[in-house]
Amino acid sequence: MNDKLAQKLKILADAAKYDVSCSSSGSKRKNSGGLGNGVAAGICHSFTEDGRCVSLLKILMTNHCIYDCAYCVNRQSNDRPRAAFTVDELVELTIGFYRRNYIEGLFLSSGVRKNPDFTMEQLMLVAKKLRTEQRYNGYIHLKAIPGASPELIRMAGLYADRLSVNIEIPTNNQLQRLAPEKNHQSVMLPMNQINKGIIQNKEERKKFRRTPLFTPAGQSTQLIVGASPESDQQILHLASGLYQAQHLKRVYYSGYLPVNDYDQRLPALPEPPLVREHRLYQSDWLMRFYGYQAGEIVTQSHPNLDLEIDPKLSYALRNMHIFPIDINKADYEMILRIPGVGVQSAQRIVAARRHRRLNSHHLKKLGVVMKRARYFITCNELPAYLRDISSETLRRHLILESKSKYRKSADTQLSLFSQNFAVSVQH
Amino acid sequence: MLILTFDNTFEGFLSVVFTCYAEKLIPHDILPTNHFQEKLFAEVRHIDTNIVHTERVWAGLQKKLNRRAKEMPYRIFLSEMPEAYIRLYKYIRRVFDTNAYVDSDWGDPHVMELRKLDREVTREAMRMLQFIRFEKTKDNIYFAPIEPRHNVIPLIINHFKSRFSDQQWLIYDLKRDYGIFFDLKKVEEITLNNKQFDEIRGRLNTNVVMENESTYQRLWKNYFQSINIKERCNKKLQRQHMPQRFWKFLPEK
Repeated sequence: MNDKLAQKLKILADAAKYDVSCSSSGSKRKNSGGLGNGVAAGICHSFTEDGRCVSLLKILMTNHCIYDCAYCVNRQSNDRPRAAFTVDELVELTIGFYRRNYIEGLFLSSGVRKNPDFTMEQLMLVAKKLRTEQRYNGYIHLKAIPGASPELIRMAGLYADRLSVNIEIPTNNQLQRLAPEKNHQSVMLPMNQINKGIIQNKEERKKFRRTPLFTPAGQSTQLIVGASPESDQQILHLASGLYQAQHLKRVYYSGYLPVNDYDQRLPALPEPPLVREHRLYQSDWLMRFYGYQAGEIVTQSHPNLDLEIDPKLSYALRNMHIFPIDINKADYEMILRIPGVGVQSAQRIVAARRHRRLNSHHLKKLGVVMKRARYFITCNELPAYLRDISSETLRRHLILESKSKYRKSADTQLSLFSQNFAVSVQH
Repeated sequence: MLILTFDNTFEGFLSVVFTCYAEKLIPHDILPTNHFQEKLFAEVRHIDTNIVHTERVWAGLQKKLNRRAKEMPYRIFLSEMPEAYIRLYKYIRRVFDTNAYVDSDWGDPHVMELRKLDREVTREAMRMLQFIRFEKTKDNIYFAPIEPRHNVIPLIINHFKSRFSDQQWLIYDLKRDYGIFFDLKKVEEITLNNKQFDEIRGRLNTNVVMENESTYQRLWKNYFQSINIKERCNKKLQRQHMPQRFWKFLPEK
């Protein structure tokens, strides 16, 4: 029995690994005399060799699927080993792992078997059994299957901490080209329902404290990047819209890995677009924690993110007129816009400058990356480096200075330039 | 050169602070007795713990500290770094001698150092929540060995108590030779005399471990390997998040 279970676990974990979401944050569910609780910040329990965190038991209920989406490893026409868990097996596995502190909870997704309703019901039953029979209060993240009945999704929301519906392909016509059985409307339907449910639940909980939680950790989604020809501008505007209209907690970006390279509808990429994915995440952070608008990060003239430098630096170089910023006087929001200053250092700066005026030595100690920041600030004694350097020159200089792993073939062209630059900085 | 010693407890340390104020002492160093080595030319004085003094100092501190920094002195104490005690003493003096909240004065090198140490202790405690792995014994106790850099057990009790409230568990610090045991009602500090585990890796002896324990460990390892994406291999990042010193306790490694 154990060998069979091990075999299933192998197949269904392998099939689930391309879903990038793994966060266990956002839920403060209390332990009411049973097992487990939620920790608002989330906890990562292990890290695989690809450097990604293992927080939840991320697994598929089954990798049988009636759909045939071009980008998906589990598409019906692929010849792969298939397997399916029973509800009880999953419950036992989750509890067994949780009690040993291997995991923070369960992230259950599934291929669509028979029909969306059947699949959704299976997922919901696992969560229900964990919550009611096992008195389990740890984290549960369920996939909401597009096309499932609203009642099933509502039930799932009552047991889960987070629900997610994957959009996968950022524009509707590309989605329909790659996944003929799907469209954006079918994805937005459950997303709208969950969003309304969460808002309503929050209102009710203000009035009646005993109202059961509905998806307390909110909902998230995933976009595949590089499987279709959308620009970063389209992707970021979509993400920004989702954050505002649907109140999503997270949008995940998954650089397309050529899992089905035989399919002519997909582009042949020399390597997975990992740098692009990274830049998209950086932009996402700028929108969520730094107060940037999507339209500031990508513009009509720059619809794609600069792969060589990060989006914040890129923004600064396009908007040199707002710099230099005075560390000792500027508002928190402006300090956040200085390249090399993160949320933590910005908060420290604002707290520390009430005690004394800060100079560059302090800033370095506070954790500011002065290599980048010095061109954009003035503080007690530091002269503005900015005055005489054009943004293009500065850009190349900063790329050269950085030991970024993203620097690639451009090196040869740049080294020629660097000699000129070295001369010009010496003055 | 005056060196003050105390009885290794936080209460003892706070009593030292009280005595320094009361007798206008200027200590060159403050050390717990178990860290203390005889020094030539040093005047050494042991301060006895006085719980009344302790409470007065602690209550005073709570009034003068920012909400988020209230527990910081305790965490600094738990770091067990030899230089932490005198630094903490100087910090406490500054807290009492000024009116502003000192803890946000990041521009001051002493405050900066202390906040850094505080973060280190907090992070070590966090790593316990992440990387502790329980093994189940035949008598249904979940056992986990740890070897933290700082003495973080007091900081993790509440987490494990509320999370695993329906199972008995024992978390044991191999380096400091003490642990905490939860018997479904309360958490107790214990020291084991008869150790039923190997003292380097903390693995339970085969005669006490539950029969199906290795099954779960195998399943977990199996899962851990299957969830990895080979095309994205980045072992440096893995080590950054999960330092190698924890690996010997992880069944998946």
